[in-house]
Amino acid sequence: MTTVTTAATAISAGALAPQATGGATITRSPAHRVEGRAKVTGAARYAAEYPAEDLVHAWPVVATIAAGRVTDVDTVAVEKLPGVLRVWWHGNAPVLTDVGMPMLAVLQSDEVHFRGEVVALVAASSPEIAREAAGRLQVTYVERDHDVRLDPENPGVRTPETVNAGYPGLSERGDPDGAYAGSPVQLDATYRTPGEHNNPMEPHATTAVYAAGDLTLYDSNQGGHPVRQAVAGVLGLPVERVRVISAHVGGGFGSKGLPRPNVILAAMAARELGRPVRVVFTRRHLFALVGYRTPTVQRVRLGADADGRLRSIDHDAVVQTSRHVEFVEQVVTATRMMYAAPNRRTRHRVQALDVPIPSWLRAPGECPGMFALESAMDELANDVGIDPVELRIRNEPTVDPELGIAFSSRNLVGCLRRGAELFGWSERDPRPTRRRQGRWLVGAGMASSVYPGYASPATASATARVDGTFAVSINATDIGTGARTAMLVLAAEALDVDPDLVEICIGDSDLPRAGVAGGSSGTTSWGWAVHKVCRVLAGKLSELGGVAGLTADLTLTASTSADLKAREELSRYAFGAQFVEVRVNIDTGEIRVPRMVGVFAAGRIINPSTARSQFIGGMTMGLSMALHEGGVMDEVFGGYANNDLAGYHIASCADVGSIEVEWLDERDTRINPLGTKGIGEIGIVGTAAAVANAVHNATGVRVRSLPITMEDILAR
Amino acid sequence: MKEFGYLRAGSVAEAIEAVAADANAAYLGGGTNLVDLMRLGVAEPLRLVDISGLSNEITELEAGGLLVGAGVSNSDLAADLRVRRAYPMLSQALLSGASGQLRNVATVGGNLLQRTRCLYFQDTSKPCNKRVSGSGCPARSGIHRDLGILGTSSACVATHPSDMAVALAVLDARVLIDGPSGQRRLSLDDFYRLPADDPTRDTTLSHGELITAVELPPPSPLFRVSGYRKARDRASYAFAVGSVAAAIAVDDGSVTDVRLAFGAVAPRPWRARTAERLIRGGPATAAAYAAAVDVEFGAAEPLPDNAFKVPLSRNLAAALLAELAAVDEQGKRST
Repeated sequence: MTTVTTAATAISAGALAPQATGGATITRSPAHRVEGRAKVTGAARYAAEYPAEDLVHAWPVVATIAAGRVTDVDTVAVEKLPGVLRVWWHGNAPVLTDVGMPMLAVLQSDEVHFRGEVVALVAASSPEIAREAAGRLQVTYVERDHDVRLDPENPGVRTPETVNAGYPGLSERGDPDGAYAGSPVQLDATYRTPGEHNNPMEPHATTAVYAAGDLTLYDSNQGGHPVRQAVAGVLGLPVERVRVISAHVGGGFGSKGLPRPNVILAAMAARELGRPVRVVFTRRHLFALVGYRTPTVQRVRLGADADGRLRSIDHDAVVQTSRHVEFVEQVVTATRMMYAAPNRRTRHRVQALDVPIPSWLRAPGECPGMFALESAMDELANDVGIDPVELRIRNEPTVDPELGIAFSSRNLVGCLRRGAELFGWSERDPRPTRRRQGRWLVGAGMASSVYPGYASPATASATARVDGTFAVSINATDIGTGARTAMLVLAAEALDVDPDLVEICIGDSDLPRAGVAGGSSGTTSWGWAVHKVCRVLAGKLSELGGVAGLTADLTLTASTSADLKAREELSRYAFGAQFVEVRVNIDTGEIRVPRMVGVFAAGRIINPSTARSQFIGGMTMGLSMALHEGGVMDEVFGGYANNDLAGYHIASCADVGSIEVEWLDERDTRINPLGTKGIGEIGIVGTAAAVANAVHNATGVRVRSLPITMEDILAR
Repeated sequence: MKEFGYLRAGSVAEAIEAVAADANAAYLGGGTNLVDLMRLGVAEPLRLVDISGLSNEITELEAGGLLVGAGVSNSDLAADLRVRRAYPMLSQALLSGASGQLRNVATVGGNLLQRTRCLYFQDTSKPCNKRVSGSGCPARSGIHRDLGILGTSSACVATHPSDMAVALAVLDARVLIDGPSGQRRLSLDDFYRLPADDPTRDTTLSHGELITAVELPPPSPLFRVSGYRKARDRASYAFAVGSVAAAIAVDDGSVTDVRLAFGAVAPRPWRARTAERLIRGGPATAAAYAAAVDVEFGAAEPLPDNAFKVPLSRNLAAALLAELAAVDEQGKRST
């Protein structure tokens, strides 16, 4: 058992200058992405950019009703248009194999489950012709009544056995109701978050090439192996005849964690036509076809002693799912481990609606759940009259309060203290509306962050070449995070060689199998396998007397599967604390955020420059969630109505002020030998609560529903 | 997107001839709105006549004032020193719109003619009286938070999205139009029309008519003390939720002259003449401004989700006028 290094000193990300890694031991990393030059010069190819001879462009036609059936599609009129090659709908589409993923059963039935679902596909010689023909295609529907309104009072709302990632739907310890009733301080508040949409820069896209029984998919995804598995199953192809290449991916935020209809449509069309086929989703397609974060209605009841010590925590979250596919976001799981209290209840409830299928969006569960919990903690701090930072420290558990097992490491208090210091928290006046600059009220707020330290099994291979160079291969996916560079750092470190000598190969399903870029587990999982195989190879080389002893290239492979199974039972989480300053205009209620500070304890940081981007990116997305993002469900016609980036606002550059990020020097080797925890998602957790808490401090107005808009302030 | 023909017009006359002769032709300026609408299937011209190279100069008029070519980019107009000095609100309004990239290609004429951003208008799979006459307006009982409260009708509650036009309303700018049946010179009041029972037409332009220029009045001490204030959901790259352009002259605590117009509340920039009358001659106080705006908005017919636009507009106007009233004619702020 290794001792965890706790936070003695904090490393400021900005303080680490890029350095050339000439030496053998890599203590710091290359500051720049391995593929950075290729990306900025346009040489890096994305899924829709691979050239293919005789390429066909296919355009999805999507349902314009919220629920019902497709009774007819007039393919004849459209197929007469010059350049149109074929139109498929459920009446003539090839039969696909049911692999238990209804989302991939495209064009297999007449049923319309939600507005925006794919009901036909038009193939043509150019994207313009395909799009125009798709627009002209006459689809006849029979509508049925639909329900798209999330309503916690609806009798159809139920508690599921399990929710996403296998967590229990309901969990109870002690007597939460009795303890709440007997508590001298009680807080009972309901919080709401809207539907929120993944909008990676690169929309989902596939270029499919089918030749002589071999299917090659250039596809934008967060994990090629699951795509290969699913496509092979759906099309009835042997897995080894399907290859998925995802060399570069322009973001995903969870929406590319599963194969989406684009890849099935492209593969199916390519096989039918015997020509390469490309499918590229538009921004509008994304709002219905690739998942989104469910809206939530969350009731939090906190019972506490007069000194703020929690006696009871009760967190109830109502979410929506599609009737088509059940996905229940694990909204209250963070509340299960965050703070100590002998009595606790955490419950999910779900309503099935005629809505697009919700799915993963950066920190599913923790992100909306912590908005509610961390807002409630702020309200409790105000009610009790103690500092919100102190309230959290006072309720710090010694072991996981629900499971009763130890944390692999838990440095929330260190983050809170360092964050408060860095922000200048002690200068804050806890009384609302006390700071004013011109026409602006100024306030400060804070919240805790948390994210699980997930890991999944991975296999990597490493080759020592006779020319003294090395190649490391793993089917990992770099979705823009810098994962490729982080693995290069780890490989060079384990091999004890200059990174320039190491070639890293990822994003190809012919490479050794690895899990998806999800759950902030990429570097922890892939890096572990890479590090392991490189250490073994380095040992072997040393036995041979170094590279000079090689007579031929030497390749070794290693898996972390057994290592993962051998780990002890612990609660594994990364922690953080965020502090935010807001300005609220007294004439308009407009809210601006000039300053944010985040301090994180997220295990060992492999590459400071790209790690910093992950943290500030997460915090920016959290700011965006707090003030801008909100899917507007069209109750009359179904579907999200503001389905483009003009209607669905995300934070613009001008909305983002100073963001300062630090991390504590933490190495949690009870997670993996590297001591890493994962950093992709924790930055978005807690931010929205910190903003809402700061808005309250500035204005005295408590906004419990996101996004916080000017009318929330003006109406008071 | 429908396949379309393209003609780059060499002159205004050539452009007008080409469009007038073809019911399915449309003028193409910067294309920042039209091309979007074509992608969405909302606009389906079969021929585009590119006028972006024409009339892109700003010239001084003999009687004072500026003649701004319709093809002048939003960026160039905003940056023009004469504009910044004489009509600060116009420059501010332009710079508050869209993004730097869009302003670089968006033209003055196109800015005046942009269509509403109502979600129903932009989605051809849903009804919209502005897009398809008589198809219905789901906004009134549906999604209308960003839509209008003044000058709307039972058929349409759309707003005009322009920032620039709000400043032009305060300036009493004239729109110069050329067309198959000759030239016209219209005030914004006569240029824009209210929806009533035909929301499909935003303006009084007929097919083939082309905006060639916008005429700005001679500089005046009043316009020198002018400003534009826009409330929006994010700090940049967002349409106004509420906006106001104003100019004011104050002498010895009394308002001697005032001009006021609102954006994001009506199907056109809303010149607030009632409020102006009430403010003129009265005390130069924020309370007096607010009271006058409340009278102006007494005619408002807000919907449940946009009723906040009334207090928002009032606060915007009162704050801007109070701020401007504290500015002397040299442009210095008294503290």
